[in-house]
Amino acid sequence: MNFFLTIVLDGLIQASWLFVVALGLTLVFGVLKILNIAHGSFYALGAYIAATAVTIIAANGLPPSAGFVAMLVSVALIASAVGLLLERGLLKMFYGRDEVVLLLVTYAVFLILEDLTKLIWGANPIYATQPYELFGNVEFAGLYYVGYDLVLIPISAAIGFLVWFGLNHTVTGKIVLAVIHNEEMSVSMGVRVNRVYAVAFAFGVLLASLAGALTAPKISMQPGLSSDVIILSFAIVVIGGLGSVGGAAVGAVLVGLARAASVHLMPQAELFMIYLIMAAVLMFRPEGLFTREKARRI
Amino acid sequence: MKQGMHPLVTILLVVATTLFGRVLPTWTLSLATIAASNALIALGIVILARTGNVSFGQGLFYAAGGYGVALIANSWGITDAVAQMLIGAVCGALLGLVVGPLIARYSGIFFGMLTLALSMVLYGALVKTTALGGSDGFNVGRPSLFGMIFTDPREADFMLYAVSVVTTGFAGIAATILFRSELGLASLAVRENNLRVEYLGISSNRVITINFVIAAIFAGASGAFALMAERHIDPQFAYWTTSGEFVFVAVLAGYQSVTAVFVASLALELVRSFSNLYLPNTWQLVLGVFLLGVILFLPRGIGSLWMREKPRRIEPQAVIPIAARKEAAQ
Repeated sequence: MNFFLTIVLDGLIQASWLFVVALGLTLVFGVLKILNIAHGSFYALGAYIAATAVTIIAANGLPPSAGFVAMLVSVALIASAVGLLLERGLLKMFYGRDEVVLLLVTYAVFLILEDLTKLIWGANPIYATQPYELFGNVEFAGLYYVGYDLVLIPISAAIGFLVWFGLNHTVTGKIVLAVIHNEEMSVSMGVRVNRVYAVAFAFGVLLASLAGALTAPKISMQPGLSSDVIILSFAIVVIGGLGSVGGAAVGAVLVGLARAASVHLMPQAELFMIYLIMAAVLMFRPEGLFTREKARRI
Repeated sequence: MKQGMHPLVTILLVVATTLFGRVLPTWTLSLATIAASNALIALGIVILARTGNVSFGQGLFYAAGGYGVALIANSWGITDAVAQMLIGAVCGALLGLVVGPLIARYSGIFFGMLTLALSMVLYGALVKTTALGGSDGFNVGRPSLFGMIFTDPREADFMLYAVSVVTTGFAGIAATILFRSELGLASLAVRENNLRVEYLGISSNRVITINFVIAAIFAGASGAFALMAERHIDPQFAYWTTSGEFVFVAVLAGYQSVTAVFVASLALELVRSFSNLYLPNTWQLVLGVFLLGVILFLPRGIGSLWMREKPRRIEPQAVIPIAARKEAAQ
C-alpha cells in the first residue's frame, strides 16, 4: 500500500509542474493555432533566470524565502516581456502561413534560444538549491517528503483553477474563448484579435517559465533541458487534446503517474511508457481525450 | 515539380558530381556524403509532404536503418557499402509497412505528432537497451565495395561519397518519375482535399501509405549511409531534433524541385560546418536565423530561386471579372 502511495505522490509531484508547462502550450495552441516547439525553451529560460535570481539573493545574505519570491517575480517580469517581444517582433510576420511552417518557425526559435541560454549561462550545470529547504521535510504515511515538492501540488492546482476561472468567468477570458472558437467571427464582432494573440502568447510563455522557476530549486540546469521538457509536454497536450485546459490536467496526471510508476517498477521503460500512452491515445481518439471532433470540409 | 528534369540530364549530373569528388579536398568529401544522405531522407519527406502530411519522426526509420545495418553487418560480417545501403532500405521498408497503414488515417499536426511520438518510443527503448550500447551506441567497421577493401582513408571516403551520390541521384530520378505518375498526381489531390479523392474512387489512405513507405525506404537507406560515414551509431539517430533537421532541409528546399533538395542539404551542411569552425558555440543560433530567413524571404524554398512559379491552386477567377464588370458598369 505504501509503495502504491509513493508512486501516486511522486506522480502527482511530477504532474504538478508538467501541468503548468502543458497549460501554457495548450493555451497558445488554442488561441494562435501554433504548436510551439520553443515552449520548452521558455521553461528552461525560466529555470535559468530563477537560478540567477536565487544566487544573487543568497550572495547578498538574504533568507531563502526572499530568494523564492525574487525568482518568481523576476521570471514573471522577464518572461512576459520576452513573450510579447517574440510575438510582436517575430511570430506576427508568419501568421496565415501553413500550420507546419509555423511549427518550423518555432523550431527555429527553439534553436536560437538553445544557444542564447548557452551563451548567457554557459554549458556547465548550475544549481539554485536554497529555496528547496524552505518548507522543511514532511512525514507522510511513514514516508519523508521534501516540503517544497508537496507545496508544488497546491500551487499548480491554484494556477490551473485561476486559468479556468479567468477563461470562463471573466470578460477577457470569454473574449479569448471566442477567439479560440471562431477567429473570423470574433474579428467581425470587434475583438482585437492581434491583442488577444499577443497576450495569449505572452501568457503561455509566462506559464512555461513559471514552471521552470518553480522546478529550478529541484533540478540542475544544463543544455538539453528544453528538448526533454517539450517532448513531455507535447505528449501531455496530445493525450488531453490540443487546446483543452481540463485535458492538459488529465494528461499531466497520466504522464506524471506513468513516469513515477515506471521509475519505481521498471526504470528501463520511462520514456518508452509515456510515448506508448500517447500513441495509444492517438490510435483510439485521434483528437485527444478531451476535444470533440471537428466537422470537415467536403 | 512541374516538368522536372529529363532523367538523362539527371544521370549526367550525377556522373559529373561523382567525378567532381576526385578533385574535392577530403573534408568536403565527408561533408558531401552526409549532405547526399540527408538529401535522400529529405526527399522522402518531400514525397510524403505532397500528400499534405509532414513527418516529424523520420528519425524512426533513419535509426531503424542504421541499427539494422549495424547489427546485421556486425553479426554476418557484411561490409559491402551497397549491400549495407540495401539492408538499411529494407529495414526502413519493413517498419514503414507496419507503421504506414496505421498512421495514414491521421493528418496535419496529429500526423506530425504521432510520427514524432513513435520515433521517441524507439529513442526511449534504445537508450535503455544496454545490449545495443545504451545511450553511447557502438562502433562498426569501415565499409568495402564489391570485394575491394579500402585502406587509404581518402579512397574509402571517395567510395562512400560516390555510392551515396549515385544512390541519391537514382532516388531523385525515381522521385521525378513518381511525381509525374498517377500516384504522384493523386498525392497532390489528397493534399487538396482527401474526401473528394475518395469520392473519385481512389483510397487516400492507400496513397498516403505508399508515399509513407517510399519515404521510409529512403530514410532507412539514409540511416545506413550515416552509419557508414560516421562508423558509429547511437540513439541520437532517433531523437526528435534529428528528425527536425530533415524537415528543415525539406522546407529549405521547397516542394517544387528535386535538385533543390540536394542544394538545400549541401547548403545546410556548409552552414553547419562553417559555423562549427568560426562560431563553435552558436551554430544552432546561426541555423535558426538561417531557417527564419528562408521561411520569411523564400517562402517556397530555395527551389523557387530557379523554378518559375506557377499558381498551384485554381482560384475562382471567374468571380473577379464579374465583380469588376459590375463596378465598371456603375
